[in-house]
Amino acid sequence: MKALCWHGKRDVRVERVPDPKIINPSDAVIRVTSTAICGSDLHLYNGFMPTLKEGDILGHEFMGEVVDIGRNVKKLAVGDRVVVPFNISCGACWYCQHQEFSLCDNSNPNAVLNANLNGFTTAGLFGYSHLYGGYAGGQAEFVRVPFADVGPIKVPGELSDDQALFLSDIFPTGYQAAESCNIQPGHIVAIWGCGPVGQFAIRSAFLLGAHKVVAIDNIPERMVMAEQAGAVTISSSENVHEALKEITGGRGPDSCIDAVGMEAHGSMYDSVKHTMRLENDRPVVLRQAMRICRKGGTVSIPGVYSGFIDKIPFGVAFAKGLTLRMGQTHVQKYMRPLLDRIQRGEIDPSFVITHRLPLANGDEAYATFARKEQGCIKVVLKPDAPPTPKPELETLTRAPLDRETFATPRSKRLQPR
Amino acid sequence: MGTAVKHEPGARVTPARRRGIAIEKNRARRVIKCVTINRSAEDLYRFWRRLENLPFFARHLISVKETSPTESHWVAKSPAGTTAEWDAVIVKETPNEYIAWESNPGSEIDNAGSVRFRPAPANQGTEVMVTLEYIPPVGALGALIARLYGEEPDIQVEEDLARFKAFMETGEIPTTVNQPVGSGARTSRAA
Repeated sequence: MKALCWHGKRDVRVERVPDPKIINPSDAVIRVTSTAICGSDLHLYNGFMPTLKEGDILGHEFMGEVVDIGRNVKKLAVGDRVVVPFNISCGACWYCQHQEFSLCDNSNPNAVLNANLNGFTTAGLFGYSHLYGGYAGGQAEFVRVPFADVGPIKVPGELSDDQALFLSDIFPTGYQAAESCNIQPGHIVAIWGCGPVGQFAIRSAFLLGAHKVVAIDNIPERMVMAEQAGAVTISSSENVHEALKEITGGRGPDSCIDAVGMEAHGSMYDSVKHTMRLENDRPVVLRQAMRICRKGGTVSIPGVYSGFIDKIPFGVAFAKGLTLRMGQTHVQKYMRPLLDRIQRGEIDPSFVITHRLPLANGDEAYATFARKEQGCIKVVLKPDAPPTPKPELETLTRAPLDRETFATPRSKRLQPR
Repeated sequence: MGTAVKHEPGARVTPARRRGIAIEKNRARRVIKCVTINRSAEDLYRFWRRLENLPFFARHLISVKETSPTESHWVAKSPAGTTAEWDAVIVKETPNEYIAWESNPGSEIDNAGSVRFRPAPANQGTEVMVTLEYIPPVGALGALIARLYGEEPDIQVEEDLARFKAFMETGEIPTTVNQPVGSGARTSRAA
C-alpha cells in the first residue's frame, strides 16, 4: 500500500509499504477514505518530537471502511464506515472506565519507556512517535486499529467524509478545551491560535454558551475564519494584553485557551533556546494567557507540549488562583455527542478544510501546511486519488476564502490603537 | 508501577538463608514492583497460580512445567540466546492472596519470588506486589544471570507486569510487531 513515512526533519515521503494485518484479536483493519494533517503532525515534521524512527507511518486523523476484523471484535463488521479516534484506548482499565481515554493504562506497547518520562504511561497514539507506542498511522491506504470495539464509531450514511473526519481529533480537542473552561453566562473566552483546533474551540465555546469569544492570531485568513464564527479577533502583533482588557471591560477573560502549544512564535529568548535544544517548548502563549486571565479564571491548554518550559509565571497563576486544564483529548468520550451535534446541524466541521490533495502528494501537502502557504488551514488527503503532477497542484487546491471574504468587516475588528 | 529496590546491600534473601545455603548476603539482588490491576484478586491469583501461564507475559521465560501440585521446572533465556534451567517449589501460599516460590537447593540459579494480591480501596481492582530475589553467582554463570535479568532487572519486571496487567484487563498484550513500516527501517520493529 501507499503510506506517508517520516524520514527526518521536514522530510516525509509517500512510499510502498506492506499492507497492515490483524495482529491482536481486537484489531480491525480500515481502508482509509480520508485522512488529514494535524497541526500536531507539524511538531513531528519539524523534528520537535523525540523517539520518531525513520520509516514511521504518520497520521492520526482518519476514517474509512472496515475491511477486516479480529475474532474478538463485536461491534464492527466488514463494510462499516467508521471514524477513528487518534488515541488508542483499551476500554477496560480504570482510566478508560472513568472516560479518561487518553490516559489508558494498556494501549502503549512502550509503556515503561513512556513511564520513565511521564511517571506513568499514557495511551498509545496513532503515528505519533515510539514514546506513544510506535503505532503506524493513518496517512496511508490502510491502517490497523487496535481495540476496535472501543474507539471507532459508525458514521451515518447522510454525513460526508468531510463532515465526519474531524471527530477523530480536532473537533473533540477544541470542544474539550472549551468544556474545560466551565463556561457560565456572560463569560468571555480568549483563544490563542486560529488554526484548526482554535477554530473548533471558538465554535465550541459558543455552543457551550460563551457570551463573547476573542481570537488571537496573525494570519489574515485564519482570523477571517474566526470572525465568520462570530469571534472578535486581535492580531498577535498588537498589544494583546491591553486589547483584551479593553474588550473585557478591564476584568480580563474568564478563561484563556492556548491552542498554539510548543511552537509558538514571538520570543527571541525561546527561539534561541529552542533551536539550541536548551528548551523543548516555546511557551510564549502560555505566559501571556496566565498574565491576562482574570483572577480565579481557567487556562485551558489543548496545544501540545512535550517537555520542559522556561520562565512560566507560576507565581502569577498562584496569586490569581488560576485553574490549569490540559492534556490529550479523551476523544472517545466526545465522539457520540459531537456526532449528534453535527447531525442536528449545529455545526458542519467541513468549514475548516482549505485543501484537498491525493495522499500521493503528501510531501507537498506537509510543506504547504507547514509554511501556511496558499491560505492553508486544513489539508485532507485522499488515498485513492491518483497523484497529481506538481504544476497542477494549484488547480486542485481549493481556496474557499476569496479575497472578498478576506476583507474583515470593520465592525468585528478591534480598532487600531 | 511501584518502587524498585535494587542492588540492595544485605538484602534479606529469605529462602536461601532459611535453608542454610552458604551465600554472600551482600551480593543478593532484590526487585520489588507493584501494579494495580482492574480485576479481582481471585482472577489474578488463579491465573498466576497456574505457573505455566507465566511465560505468556514474562518474556525471559521460555517455559514453566508444573511437575506436582507444588513443584515446577523453569526454563529461561537471556537476550543473548543462552538458556538456564532450574526446579522450584512453592513454599507458601494463601489462596487468592499470596504465592511464594524458590529454587531447589543446588540450582544453578539460586532465586526466589513471591506475589501478593490485595484489594485496592474503592473498587479500583487489586494491588499486585511482586518480589524477585536472586544471588548472582560469580564467574561465567554470574554473567549469564546478569544477562538473564537484563542490564536493568527492575525495568524487565516492570515490563512483565505491564503485560500481565494488559492481558488480565483486556485479553491481549499491546504490540506493533509485524506492522508495516517504510524504508530506512530494516524490518518491522518490536518497539
